[in-house]
Amino acid sequence: MTDSAHIPPQGSLVAAQAPSRRRGKASRLWRDLRKAPASAWFGLIVIAVYVFTSIFAPLLAPYSETELVGGAFDPWGGQFLLGTDQLGRDMLSRLIYGARNTVGIAFLTTMLSFVLGGALGLMAAISGGWIDQMLSRTVDVLMSIPQLIFALVLLSILGPSVLNLIVIMAVLDATRVFRLSRSVAQGVVVMDYVEAARLRGEKLPWIMRREILPNIMPPLVAEFGLRFCFVFLTISALSFLGLGIQPPTADWGSMVRDNAALITYGDITPLLPAGAIALLTVSVNFVVDWFLHKTSGLRE
Amino acid sequence: MNDNAKTPTGNPGAGGARTKGDVLLEVRGLKIDGESDEIWRPIVKGVDLSLKRGEVLGVIGESGAGKSTIGLAAMGYARPGCRISGGSVVFDGLDLVSASDEQRRKLRGSRIAYVAQSAAASFNPAHQLMPQTIEAELREGLRTKAEAEKDAVELYRRLRLPNPEEIGFRYPHQVSGGQLQRAMTAMAMTCRPDLIIFDEPTTALDVTTQVEVLAAIRDIVEQFHTAAIYITHDLAVVAQMADRIMVLRHGLEVEEAPTREMLSNPKQDYTKSLWSVRKLGKEEQPGGDAILQVKNVTAAYGNAVKVLNDVTVTVPRGRTVAVVGESGSGKSTLARVITGLLPPIAGEIVFDGKVLPRALKDRNPDILRRIQMIYQMPDTALNPRQTVYEVIGRPLEFYLGLTGAKKEARILELLKLIEMDEGHLDRLPGELSGGQKQRICIARALAAEPQLIICDEVTSALDQIVQEEILKLLLRLQRELNVSYLFITHDIATVRAISDEIVVMFQGQVVQQGPKTRVLSPPYPPYTELLLSSVPEMDPDWLSNLLAKRKAQPAAMQSQDR
Repeated sequence: MTDSAHIPPQGSLVAAQAPSRRRGKASRLWRDLRKAPASAWFGLIVIAVYVFTSIFAPLLAPYSETELVGGAFDPWGGQFLLGTDQLGRDMLSRLIYGARNTVGIAFLTTMLSFVLGGALGLMAAISGGWIDQMLSRTVDVLMSIPQLIFALVLLSILGPSVLNLIVIMAVLDATRVFRLSRSVAQGVVVMDYVEAARLRGEKLPWIMRREILPNIMPPLVAEFGLRFCFVFLTISALSFLGLGIQPPTADWGSMVRDNAALITYGDITPLLPAGAIALLTVSVNFVVDWFLHKTSGLRE
Repeated sequence: MNDNAKTPTGNPGAGGARTKGDVLLEVRGLKIDGESDEIWRPIVKGVDLSLKRGEVLGVIGESGAGKSTIGLAAMGYARPGCRISGGSVVFDGLDLVSASDEQRRKLRGSRIAYVAQSAAASFNPAHQLMPQTIEAELREGLRTKAEAEKDAVELYRRLRLPNPEEIGFRYPHQVSGGQLQRAMTAMAMTCRPDLIIFDEPTTALDVTTQVEVLAAIRDIVEQFHTAAIYITHDLAVVAQMADRIMVLRHGLEVEEAPTREMLSNPKQDYTKSLWSVRKLGKEEQPGGDAILQVKNVTAAYGNAVKVLNDVTVTVPRGRTVAVVGESGSGKSTLARVITGLLPPIAGEIVFDGKVLPRALKDRNPDILRRIQMIYQMPDTALNPRQTVYEVIGRPLEFYLGLTGAKKEARILELLKLIEMDEGHLDRLPGELSGGQKQRICIARALAAEPQLIICDEVTSALDQIVQEEILKLLLRLQRELNVSYLFITHDIATVRAISDEIVVMFQGQVVQQGPKTRVLSPPYPPYTELLLSSVPEMDPDWLSNLLAKRKAQPAAMQSQDR
């Protein structure tokens, strides 16, 4: 007697649909994409446009981001599609380069914070004991200081270079990633398959990467989307305060600050970089929502 | 039976005295669909069922047969992801399928009650038992709080809970699993419902505790003349509880008959095969040299109470030693000590003539390879994100250094050994049945080419038919590969089926060790006797006889009512 007689009906149907060997990850992804709701598609397209813009910024932008090409505050239209800023630099070019600078830095920062926080969180969850205690208490200390103020202090001590900005923001953000990954990993660490891997003699990196990480991806990806938005906003806020990305590099946060005066005259130019930030934030959240819905298996 | 005098008069629509014999629940052509991947597939495909007042209907079948789904549908409820797609469920004249939510809500708790499999997961851990027990009554306004509490204490007493006056003020984690299950039965009883649905209420309990709970449930159902649907996969249990038995398979009824008739004369082949499972048995073979010797081992978690106390166990090469005992007896801890997960405080473990390092981290891969482990729950023992190929391939790669075509050939060989084929290679555990998952776990252990496999309750999460197949597979593998098993279980039927020697454990100590035939034949030490006598038998009078016998010698009962 074989076991196939006991597969519940849905099991046999899955078997019938499944292609024989080695289902490609790409085909599975495409199947998921086709079923994605309109909001997710919107988000994906917007993100793709941002990525495209930031990669090909030098080709797309009509002028350099730093060059003074016209008078201060030139109106829209004509030579400068979106006018010029307070120094006479082309607004459209700066918007395009801003995508590269702001989004790029925010992405790097978030990645770094996830690698750092995620790895330490998993390590704390797997090892337990004094390693867990030490890491967790350190994180508690870091988190007890308001993040923006802490970042401001550190940046003013170390100087506001791009590298410092990325590292400081990543470390401060890693605390939240640490807590999340540690707590979700703790639920997985107690599973028998992790014990089985330990009994097999597997080392820590293998257990982290192969046994636990795949099972805690959904909350981490969701958190990645959210954290990306927050990092993005924090960097913009820091730039607005003058400690983020330094002029003359184009950055959406400082672009809002520099041109804010125009609002008083009914000119909406300063809203453009702000809108660019908002649009990306909303899009990322759309995609994250879809991903969460897909992986959580929640119904209704 | 004048208990009805005590029932609240405000019971809505109870219609005065309850008489045995009227039809209470009538299910006709019930169809239920379940959703997966946005496709609706039938789970229950047209089931008829009728239940008279005061009658107990046993529903049995393997998992996936639709037992629980039908049980919930009898309350007019479909789980999220399920929908009732056809048929009717008429309860006392009201069709629950077409009734409004408001009407159904009024019935639930007050006239139809539900007792879930895991009471531990069903109680709110943040509240004491009492407020949860009487919540439904108060919500329906059937009684004042004082009256309800008095009644609940009475129910606790009838269910033979210790300290009925005080137990209501404990929190769920402060009472044992068996007590919690009885408290949940009390909760179901508070409104004196017409119908109670028991969904595997004793499956998660030890045999010794199970007897208590079964007796309590049976008494109280009889006393209050309640109709019940008793869902289980254990035939022996249903034989004690039910007036009639209904066998389900793949969402369809296979057979239905009064209990005694069903037991003595099953008609369908499927039912007969269910009956035959318990007859599997292994010829006992005398042991040769020892592959594993656990010598005077004492172990504890932290610095707290000793979980193992001076335990000595010997496993002969190529034989099976079964370790039996109730939960908390230290069976699983013994496995953890042998594998090195819990280094012992005292004593030593000798494997294949050499003393094993105490801790896992001090053992080299070759020692780890030779001792493998199979777990109770195949669901948690397999990483849900790894395919069969990855699961079986990893030990081959890790221990034996096989890669590429060699690895794949060996995987296919192993799959053949466990009676599966290459079509399963790319499946994730979620796409396999419970029995198949356990086979994969066995293949993973075999991939390491071990000398000793520790089997921790490997069949207790499976249905009886699948259990038999897994046991047969393990026996065959032992014959072919001469591997030794340390088989941890609380199920005596499994022990009979597979073991050569038996170790009986109680509270961290070995009570008895010896060849199967000697341990399973009288005279027994008192604990062995209690354990053996608590295993349900197919005889419908078994529970009554057992209780009568134990009443005569109450000492044995008290020893385990902890």
